Amino acid sequence: MTMVVEYIVAALLVIGGLFGLVGSYGLLRLKDRMQRLHAPTKATTVGVGTALIALAFEVWLIQGRFAWREALVAVFFFATAPLSAIYLSKAHLFTAIRRDGVPPPGNGDDWASFSPDHPEEAEDDSGRD
Amino acid sequence: MPIVRSLFPHPGLSGFLVAFWLVLADSWTFGSLILALILGTAIPFFTAPWWPGKPRLQRPLSLIAYLGIVVYDVVISSYQVARIVLFMPPDRIRSAFIPVPTSLTSPEAVALLAGTITMTPGTLTADISADGRTLLIHSLHAPDPDEIRDGILTRYEARLKRIYG
Repeated sequence: MTMVVEYIVAALLVIGGLFGLVGSYGLLRLKDRMQRLHAPTKATTVGVGTALIALAFEVWLIQGRFAWREALVAVFFFATAPLSAIYLSKAHLFTAIRRDGVPPPGNGDDWASFSPDHPEEAEDDSGRD
Repeated sequence: MPIVRSLFPHPGLSGFLVAFWLVLADSWTFGSLILALILGTAIPFFTAPWWPGKPRLQRPLSLIAYLGIVVYDVVISSYQVARIVLFMPPDRIRSAFIPVPTSLTSPEAVALLAGTITMTPGTLTADISADGRTLLIHSLHAPDPDEIRDGILTRYEARLKRIYG
């Protein structure tokens, strides 16, 4: 039984490691900043996810206690990963010289990053002049 | 009772913080329960000004089903993104920005939709319109942008609308 669990844990770790590797390779291979944002945010989701599942299995089935803390790490990871991605892409939009093929929202309004009444941008403008 | 409500502006958040502290400390003793209760009272009390409205869940159980769908999608489409990264020639990858109009009104629901889009591989949320009603999605490989937009609307947005009402 322990043997089977160890095989499963090992397999999960290898799969997670492969996805992490693909994510890093994508960072190297993709062309522009927005494309590059995809590889690390995505492949690492599965990479970290499988590593956490492996850890939870190990704690639960070999050490014999339920993996509360590992579950909490997973919750944190899934709650915070999209935030870093949206900050990076907003940083890209703020620094983009052209609008780079960004379509308008289609309601006469504009995206928050391009909006003139955006508070942070207004502060930036006054500082720049 | 108004005094109880001003002491515990967000009972759900308080309960979550208590459970959260106990799990994080990993010691199931009376002492850590007291500390958990203090944190569960103090944090919602002092952060209440930044939480103007209470998030209202119409069907909390569907949220669990929703998480199941998202996890399943993450696994399936991670594989697809890995294939694009590894085997597709870089000049054949057709990335696109796609505006996705949403009719969700609750800020929590919009945030959850944006997070879901980022976590499911192949798409990420890049920005939100100034009025908060349209999300800007960037898709890694989008031969047909309309299909991706409709997929997000039917698969995630429709479910969130049922959950948050």
